[in-house]
Amino acid sequence: MPVSGWIVVDDFYCKGCELCIEACPEDVLELDMDRLTPKGYHPVKMIEETCTGCGICAIVCPDAAITVYREKPVKQARR
Amino acid sequence: MVSTTAEVVYQRPESFTDVHTHYCPGCTHGIAHRLIAEVIDEMGLREKTIGVAPVGCSVFAYKYFKMDFVEAPHGRAPAMATGIKRVLPENTVFTYQGDGDLASIGMAEIMHAAARGENITVIFINNAIYGMTGGQMAPTTLPGMKTTSSPFGRDVELTGHPIRMAEILAIMDGSGYIVRRSLHNAANIRKSKKAIRLAFEAQERGLGFSMVELLSSCPTNWKISVRDSMEFIADKMIPVFPLGDYKVSPSLEGLKV
Ligand SMILES: Cc1ncc(C[n+]2csc(CCOP(=O)(O)OP(=O)(O)O)c2C)c(N)n1
Repeated sequence: MPVSGWIVVDDFYCKGCELCIEACPEDVLELDMDRLTPKGYHPVKMIEETCTGCGICAIVCPDAAITVYREKPVKQARR
Repeated sequence: MVSTTAEVVYQRPESFTDVHTHYCPGCTHGIAHRLIAEVIDEMGLREKTIGVAPVGCSVFAYKYFKMDFVEAPHGRAPAMATGIKRVLPENTVFTYQGDGDLASIGMAEIMHAAARGENITVIFINNAIYGMTGGQMAPTTLPGMKTTSSPFGRDVELTGHPIRMAEILAIMDGSGYIVRRSLHNAANIRKSKKAIRLAFEAQERGLGFSMVELLSSCPTNWKISVRDSMEFIADKMIPVFPLGDYKVSPSLEGLKV
């Protein structure tokens, strides 16, 4: 099973610069043309479920607007 | 079926305030700020760090970092940092300066701070232009590059050649760690962060003056898109300002960060 991840973009910080869209190896990011941030930018959103949680979008983000999560298997407690 | 939990891979550094920066979309000042905040978090230095902000686009840097900060007159950040570090040697002191600030009006201060071997860290943002004042030619402007004060392209016969600060500061006996990195893509941003970490490690070890020069973008004043500005750094700036380690104190060699 491929590792699956997701991101949460904070509209308060995102300026729609598109650096993350450019950098994303899975091409799962796009500007959300239906929404505006409080500062008047179109924020970034995830458009596919194939995010691996690699974090490259966050590494290139000039506004620290992205939180990256990854699914991690839980180890079963030994009985 | 394996059950899973959510693991945080990346989140906003603790050393950042909850403030929206005034930088233009895609400006790499934000990336440089973030890397500094991440390094300070990782090294646990926040409570004892004092930053010195410059004049330039990053004049409000003190609003964005959750730590002590002072604002220096244009170009004088290394002089101010010198005073702070000498009075408070236990604190970590860094300056954050643009190329107009550091290599033009502040040339004397940076040269002498390095020559004196002041135990401070300098983060130098080289975007080849004066950003804040509307895109005038800087000492680092590339030959032939158009700016508002060189509208036909920089003529080196008339206005001289770009100044390579990392190379110059590396020959100073007082410097301990001098490198040049770039912020144009993820791989180079990772390397830049390592360099910033080593620069702060150098200061913690008392190895003298440390500087990380970061090739940066200014899409607004270069008058190109954010994407093209990253290509401009890779294709046009790096050939004039080669990336590399210009001086690494032997005490830092082999240090894993
Ligand atoms: C004593 C003084 N001289 C000139 C200025 C005008 N001034 C403000 S910022 C700046 C240059 C900024 O360029 P740089 O340091 O490259 O920073 P950037 O804005 O590109 O980040 C100048 C000349 C000033 N504020 N004070």
